[in-house]
Amino acid sequence: MGNGTHLGKVRGLGASGHGSHHWLQQRLTALANILLVGFLFVSLVRLPLGDHAAVLRWAANPTVALALMLMVVSVFWHLRLGLTVLIEDYAHGEAARLFALVVLNFYAIGGAAYGLFAIARIAFGGGAPA
Amino acid sequence: MTVSILHRVSGDGLAIVGACMFLWWLGALAAGPDAYAAFVACVWHDPAGGAFHQVTNILGKIVLVGLTWAFFQHLFSGLRHFVLDTGAGYELKTNKLWSTVVMISGVLATAATWLYILAGAL
Repeated sequence: MGNGTHLGKVRGLGASGHGSHHWLQQRLTALANILLVGFLFVSLVRLPLGDHAAVLRWAANPTVALALMLMVVSVFWHLRLGLTVLIEDYAHGEAARLFALVVLNFYAIGGAAYGLFAIARIAFGGGAPA
Repeated sequence: MTVSILHRVSGDGLAIVGACMFLWWLGALAAGPDAYAAFVACVWHDPAGGAFHQVTNILGKIVLVGLTWAFFQHLFSGLRHFVLDTGAGYELKTNKLWSTVVMISGVLATAATWLYILAGAL
C-alpha cells in the first residue's frame, strides 16, 4: 500500500464489496416511495385540507398513521442518498464536503424524527384536541 | 440529458422544499387547530387577508404547483430509470422517445391535478 495519492493507497486492494449498497437502497426506497408518496398524494388531493378536524381524523387512523410513518422513513432515507450524491458531485474540498454531509445527515435524521414524532402525537391522541 | 438533469433538480427540490413543507404541515396538524389555521393562512388563504399573507399565499401556490410538477417529473423519470436499469431502452430513438414522454407527462399530470383541485374549489 502506497502512502501518496488516494489512488495509490487503494490500488491493488480489489473491490470493496460495498459498491452496490447505495445503488440498491436507492432503488428499494424508490419503490416504497412510489406506493407511499402515491398514497399521500391521492389523500392530499381528496382531503378537505382546510378542515383541521377532518384531516386530523384521517391522520389518526392507525393504518394511515402507519403508512405515513413508513413514508417518512422511506422518503428521508431516499433523499439522504440522493443529496449525498449531489454533495459528492458539487462540493469540492474535503472540509466543505464533510461539513455538507454532516449538515445533510442532521437534516435527514432530524427531519425524519420530527415527522415520526408528529405522527405519533396525532395517532396516540396526545396532541391538542381537535 | 435534459431529463437526467431534471431528475436531479426535481429530486433535490422535493428533498429540500417538499420535505420541509410536508414537515411544516404535519407539525401544524399535530400542534392543533390554531397552528393549523396559521399554516393554512400563510400558505393557502387567510380569511383576515393581511398584506403579508396575500404575498405568501401567492408564493405558497407557486411552491405547491412547483412541488406537484417535481413530484410527477421525478416519479416518471424514476420509472424510466427502473426500465433503463434492466438494460432496455438505450437505443437512441427509443431513449429520445421516452425522455420526451416523461417530460410531457410530467407537465400534463401537473395540469390535470390542478384542474381537478380548481374544479373542486369552484
